[in-house]
Amino acid sequence: MIKIEKRNDVPMALYFFTPFIAIILTILGGGIIFYILGFNPIEALKFYFITPISNLYGFSELLLKATPLCLIAIGLSFCFKSNNWNIGAEGQLTFGAIVGGGVALLFYNQEGFYILPLVITAGAIGGMFFALIPAILKTYFNTNEILVSLMLVYVSKLLLDYLVVGPWSNPEGFNFPETRQFSDSSRMPLLFEGLRIHAGIFLALAAVMLSWFILYKTYLGFQIKVSGLSLKTAKYAGFKGKTMILVVFMISGACAGLAGVGEITGPIGQLHRMISPDYGFTAIIVAFLGRLNPFGIIFASLVVALTYLGAETAQIFLQIPKYTGQVFQGMILFFLLASDYLLFFKVKILNLKKNELRH
Amino acid sequence: MYKNFFRYLISAIFLLGFSVNSNADFKVGFVYVGPTGDHGWTFQHHEGRNAVEAAGIKTTFVESVPEGADAERVIRQLAQSGHDLIFTTSFGYMDPTNKVAKDFPNVKFEHATGYKREHSNVSTYSARFYEGRTLLGHIAGKMTKTNTIGYIASFPIPEVIRGINAMTLAAQKVNPNIKTKIVWVFTWYDPGKEAEAAQALIDQGADVIMQHTDSTAPVQTAEKAGVWSFGQASDMQRFAPKSILTSIIDDWAPYYVERAIAARDGTWNQQDTWHGLKEGMVAMGPYNSAMGADLVKEVEQLQKDLASGKVHSFTGPIYDQKGNILVAEGKVADDGMLAGMSVYVKGVEGDIPK
Repeated sequence: MIKIEKRNDVPMALYFFTPFIAIILTILGGGIIFYILGFNPIEALKFYFITPISNLYGFSELLLKATPLCLIAIGLSFCFKSNNWNIGAEGQLTFGAIVGGGVALLFYNQEGFYILPLVITAGAIGGMFFALIPAILKTYFNTNEILVSLMLVYVSKLLLDYLVVGPWSNPEGFNFPETRQFSDSSRMPLLFEGLRIHAGIFLALAAVMLSWFILYKTYLGFQIKVSGLSLKTAKYAGFKGKTMILVVFMISGACAGLAGVGEITGPIGQLHRMISPDYGFTAIIVAFLGRLNPFGIIFASLVVALTYLGAETAQIFLQIPKYTGQVFQGMILFFLLASDYLLFFKVKILNLKKNELRH
Repeated sequence: MYKNFFRYLISAIFLLGFSVNSNADFKVGFVYVGPTGDHGWTFQHHEGRNAVEAAGIKTTFVESVPEGADAERVIRQLAQSGHDLIFTTSFGYMDPTNKVAKDFPNVKFEHATGYKREHSNVSTYSARFYEGRTLLGHIAGKMTKTNTIGYIASFPIPEVIRGINAMTLAAQKVNPNIKTKIVWVFTWYDPGKEAEAAQALIDQGADVIMQHTDSTAPVQTAEKAGVWSFGQASDMQRFAPKSILTSIIDDWAPYYVERAIAARDGTWNQQDTWHGLKEGMVAMGPYNSAMGADLVKEVEQLQKDLASGKVHSFTGPIYDQKGNILVAEGKVADDGMLAGMSVYVKGVEGDIPK
């Protein structure tokens, strides 16, 4: 007979160590999959995890890919820590990009140092506003924020579709579904000539620092953590739950909006229908792999970004299907959840003895 | 100091890319927008790649590359890893292709369906799909009982509008009463949406359905509803054997093989290619016997005439929806007009979305 019991003494060190176990298991699992597919697992894993970052360009691409993931995951950590399940970061990213992109298009033929800050601020406000919708509906109408935030993803994507096909499409672009190119003044400055890594990475780093400060050094952070551990305790302690819910959603939305604006003013340079390969959803994996800890999230965003790059390199060099990238991301989450389960619960195999049955 | 160091490193990386290129080991790279198993657009490009392989040239492909920030990295990686010729097979790769081409002057780039050739190592190519549409229009005009043809359109770009117009003109020629109803789905590949659009058109009385989208959903919907349909991009007969009258097939293979050999032998030149039935870049699938032997014969003759240039899809007089003349009697539309086509001809219902 199998009995599952809650562990009372979970060592914190182990709690932060399990993500590494999950990654190691993912790499092993990946090796097995490659072997079954008929590839040399060592060679495949090398192309997957080492080749993409074996030169400066690759390293810059890794940071470029990790930046939006890190930003969004930082925002999500505020929501998740306080038991608010914001699943719609992708929508907030899209809406932030729409608002920021709209401002950039207003200034499409102008130059000026003030344009980029305006565009970035507009993007953050856009994301914030879009995250407020599920937050307000949750606090005042008791709706389920998971459903509302998820459905709003489609709303924002369809709105973007409409804008780039219709009113915002490039008048000189033969009706192709894309806007004009933004002017150089609305583009993120590149950090190094010839590489695509841009100033947006500083936004992500600032978000990491700021979130660490808020979560661990302020009263708001304390409220968030207590609410996450026990809503009843939070109420008993007299925390104003509604304000906190609104604030965490706003922080989360602003981060996602910044990520969106970073993409369109960074590597893309215009609005079109494919501004994000589902960063908003992948960032959920990043947030949990990083244990909702600001510094953990930096690490996790790099790992997950590498699965994207690795999938491309592995296909170029070995013609391994690109979808293995998603398999890897899935495996990371799976192994993380599995090891969490074993961390918090123990599985006991009991001998069936007569006196135990009498209990 | 640091800046110089990085410059040095970057140029070293680029040089590394070039030195691999000078190797006798000639390789061709392909970037696909969809999965190779889409049975439409990407599937046909993949068939073209297979033909290049069969010609004894090494190839690599990357599938499902989003048309956003990722495209540039993939194209650059292909260029860096020793590919000498790179085909980027979707419109959205236009700017990334030109950007990478600038940094790799020794690598040749071929961009499908675009119009930007900013560097001498970038060529563009596309097919005169509208010639196939003319054949579909002729068949549809003869086969329809309700005089209503349903058309599922993706985006209001010249290529799509050209197809709608070519089809409508040909159908009017054999059946002056036909109407073309259009549903815009604003996607190239979304089986759910395409199926809904097909059903909506059938509900509005269309008994012939065609589409300028990539999935097999419209022909399958037509098969279920018992109306006629046409395959798009690839021979889709096996997905709707009763309903499909024929398919427009994009045959990229001859072009890909020719360009790959030219690049290998050093005879590759920049060009803007627009091939049709004549060169075989547009081909037709088998004709359904339900059309009857006479109609098949007629259509086969028309196909020959389009290929030889005896008949042109856009021969005047052609009027727009308001009745203004677009192409005068006895004239044919030139390529410039075709490339920028942005109005419907008379007989098409509705407005172009703006």
